[in-house]
Amino acid sequence: MIDMVIHTLVIAGLIASALMVFYFRDLLAAALAAGFFSFLISLEFYILQAPDVAISQAAIGAGLTTAIFIIAIRATTRYEGGQP
Amino acid sequence: MRMSKIVRTGANLLYPFILIFGLYVIMHGHLTPGGGFQGGAVVATAAALVIVAYSYDEVAGMLKKTAMKARESIGLLLFIGAGIAALVVGAPFFYNFLANSGLLFGMPVIPGPNPGDLNTAGVIPIMNIAVGIEVWGGLAIILLYMLSGIRKEES
Repeated sequence: MIDMVIHTLVIAGLIASALMVFYFRDLLAAALAAGFFSFLISLEFYILQAPDVAISQAAIGAGLTTAIFIIAIRATTRYEGGQP
Repeated sequence: MRMSKIVRTGANLLYPFILIFGLYVIMHGHLTPGGGFQGGAVVATAAALVIVAYSYDEVAGMLKKTAMKARESIGLLLFIGAGIAALVVGAPFFYNFLANSGLLFGMPVIPGPNPGDLNTAGVIPIMNIAVGIEVWGGLAIILLYMLSGIRKEES
């Protein structure tokens, strides 16, 4: 029972953060929402008893991918849809 | 875009702790979840934090490109050296010749439930360390080269 509740909360958070990535016009906020999505995926892996995959996902997905996105945003513009 | 003082202070504060946790995951790869790749990725995250928080000129003084390249090469050499060493002893390639030998990482495994002895498993911890060093250097050098691409634009 408590298991189902935690799974439902995590999946609801996944959908919410994925929608945030879609709707944000501030690209830095969108990158951080993608990082939060990755963190929730790693939490789900941990709940499903795959701690090995969870560590990989937290380090690569939430850490390095977000860092690469932030470096790319620093090289270009921060807001979507503006003038180049 | 210059990062704020909060981000810089947070990066300075968290850097040693992330480093120590990543090295712990590498070192305990044969006892707990994780291993060389996972620990190396965690350590590279510490480098990524510093790279994101500071500009290129400041990062160049802290993380050297040549040091990261050297880490990558040393990790690969250590990994293949552990494989070749088994051939020198007279066993097949990548044979675990150190297990139960009493030398480095050579203690026999205690039967039954126990907290785990770090000094076991033979060649496997050495390969975990090699892969960890290699992944640390490889992932950090990717981020350093990405950051060096925006050196001109950032004033």
